[in-house]
Amino acid sequence: MTGLAILIPIALGMGLLGLAAFFWSMKDGQYDDMDGAAHRILIDEEDEA
Amino acid sequence: MNAPVAVEAERPLATTRLTVPGMKCAGCIGKIERELPKLPGIAAARANFSAKRVAIRHDPALGEDALTAALLNLGFEAQPVADNSLGDDSKERKTLNRALGVAGFGMMNVMLLSVSVWSGADGATRELFHWLSALIALPVIAYAGRPFFASAWMALKHRRTNMDVPISIGVLLATGLSLYETITGGAHAFFDSAVMLLFFLLAGRALDAEMRTRTRAGIGALLGRMGKSASVIAPDGSTRRVAARDLDPGMMVLVAAGEALAADGEVVEGTSALDNAMLTGESAPEPVGPGAVVHAGAINLSAPIRVRLTRVAEDTALAEIARLMDEAGQSRSHYVRIADRASRLYAPVVHTLALIAFAGWMIAGAGWHTSLTIAIAVLIITCPCAMGLAVPAAQVVASGALLRRGLLVKDGSALERLAECDVALFDKTGTLTLGEPRADVSGLDPEARAVALGLAQTSRHPLSRGLAAALLRGGVTPAAIDDLREVSGAGLTGRWQGVEVALERPAEASAALATTLRIGDARQTITFADPLRADAAATLAVLAQEGIAASILSGDRAAPVAAVAQALGLTAQAEASPQAKLAMLEALKAQGRRPLMVGDGLNDGPALAAAHASIAPGTASDASQQAADAVFIGEGLMPVALAVRVARRTMRIVRENFGFSILYNLLAVPLALLGLVTPLVAAVAMSVSSLVVVANSLRLARSANP
Repeated sequence: MTGLAILIPIALGMGLLGLAAFFWSMKDGQYDDMDGAAHRILIDEEDEA
Repeated sequence: MNAPVAVEAERPLATTRLTVPGMKCAGCIGKIERELPKLPGIAAARANFSAKRVAIRHDPALGEDALTAALLNLGFEAQPVADNSLGDDSKERKTLNRALGVAGFGMMNVMLLSVSVWSGADGATRELFHWLSALIALPVIAYAGRPFFASAWMALKHRRTNMDVPISIGVLLATGLSLYETITGGAHAFFDSAVMLLFFLLAGRALDAEMRTRTRAGIGALLGRMGKSASVIAPDGSTRRVAARDLDPGMMVLVAAGEALAADGEVVEGTSALDNAMLTGESAPEPVGPGAVVHAGAINLSAPIRVRLTRVAEDTALAEIARLMDEAGQSRSHYVRIADRASRLYAPVVHTLALIAFAGWMIAGAGWHTSLTIAIAVLIITCPCAMGLAVPAAQVVASGALLRRGLLVKDGSALERLAECDVALFDKTGTLTLGEPRADVSGLDPEARAVALGLAQTSRHPLSRGLAAALLRGGVTPAAIDDLREVSGAGLTGRWQGVEVALERPAEASAALATTLRIGDARQTITFADPLRADAAATLAVLAQEGIAASILSGDRAAPVAAVAQALGLTAQAEASPQAKLAMLEALKAQGRRPLMVGDGLNDGPALAAAHASIAPGTASDASQQAADAVFIGEGLMPVALAVRVARRTMRIVRENFGFSILYNLLAVPLALLGLVTPLVAAVAMSVSSLVVVANSLRLARSANP
């Protein structure tokens, strides 16, 4: 039972952390341009200067 | 290096959003984001590839025109975004996504506890786990269930029922019973089922909303701007801009070349040619002089004219069409979607079953607690989880497949109606044909081509633009022309290397569109044609395979319509007014047919709104694109046939999904009625049925491939 007292809060805390991360990423606009994200990986970042 | 940045930072920057439909690859994103900030006054540019938009942070002194020009220099056509186009859809999607996140969190944590209970936890541990589950599940259900509860409440208030009514009843009863079990220390709590049900259903809703915002962003990117004001001439000769709704009959307005008329009126002074394509679908420009009647929506092509207004605002021919569209669109709002039709049959059956189970076990003497548990188990197991996913999953996959082929479907209801169409009506100009005159320049030598381009590129006349486009495609460099003059109704004249050159109206009037190129005394005739879309015949053949007969319903003159009809082997009705088109569709509907209307002009608007389903090309007028269920992009007509084919396949998959749900219920309901359904059985059954439905829907991903 003592194990549970530690493990359950940890599990819940990790779940809440995930939920908070999801909310943050949504607010940050990370899901606004899903197709663009797929293409951006192909852009050459090097400066042409 | 730092100095200019510091100077710019002192002034607050403005942000402007432009739609850039031509953004097609990573290179385009890179080019826009790298090159734009190099221009003076532009601080940053950020492209949104999905919405085909670019947000530019810039010096407020820089206007939209300058930004559009900057993008055009990079090779992208751009248009400012209308303010309200993002609107409610993305808000709804965000609410659903947030609810989905919360439901997902709740589901995982409650499931974690439930698995321990199923593995044999009992006594105080089980009680603790049930309490913990309740603590997690209650707020989660209250938050994530809102979209369903609100919709169910609305339906009940209007004495109707929809899919959300059985869902809400199931979820609320399951939660209530589980809470009772938890408080009394009972063995079975269904918190996991209730939360999982919400999670799966929210996934369906979120997919549905995602599809709508994605395609609407695409259509918003296509919408251009219309002239909504006019230059009114005061008695003292000065002019001022007046918004269209503030115009009065009797006002004198000056319409510059290239400007759209904002009200109906009569030409008082000046001669010009008007492009009436928006109103009549007629491709040839109409010459007008003093005394001619002109209509709002027409575009003045060649020279400024003065117009005395006769009918304004709500009285114009344009407003009349808008009113017809509004009324015609009413019938569509009565359409009942397949999921709601299914639930009308489904909900009473399920609720009766649950009642019978309760009554049966009471009569058998099981006691009210056991009877109620079994009745609720029946509700949970039959709760339309797979059904809630069956329709949106299939429709989202199908609309994604169509999107890749250049067809934007506005929503799921559009796909359902497209699948039911049994007869198709096509407009001619701009729908079966490309809608723009293409010049035949094969008869010109290189010198003549250069001169023709030098002349044509300076004019806004549709024939000049068609000629210039054809020559530019052929890689012609324009010759330098001096002393250029455009005489309305007559043509363009100029001087090239000391020789007088001109593009003129041909001497003899003929049915075909043509212009005469004169260099010195040598004359050559250039003919224009509005060619059929290359795959028009193939498209009609595919439609015929699907059992859809097509015919032409055009506002154009009889001769060109007959020519197209003959070329494609269709029956045709020409010179149809917007009212006549609408009447034709109403007549078809009265016969019990379900017409598909494909058209682009504003004159097709009422017909598009009245048809069972409608499709417009991306070059169509704004109003037509708004009225249509789907918009196709590009020069091919094939997306129209594909839309019907994919829509029908989608409905087949949806019916398969429904069939599967019914089969699953036939197996599961007897178990529930016998009281054999534990929370474990309910959880497994629910996930398996949902996964099967989603997997079946994914088969549509390749449905739009040839």
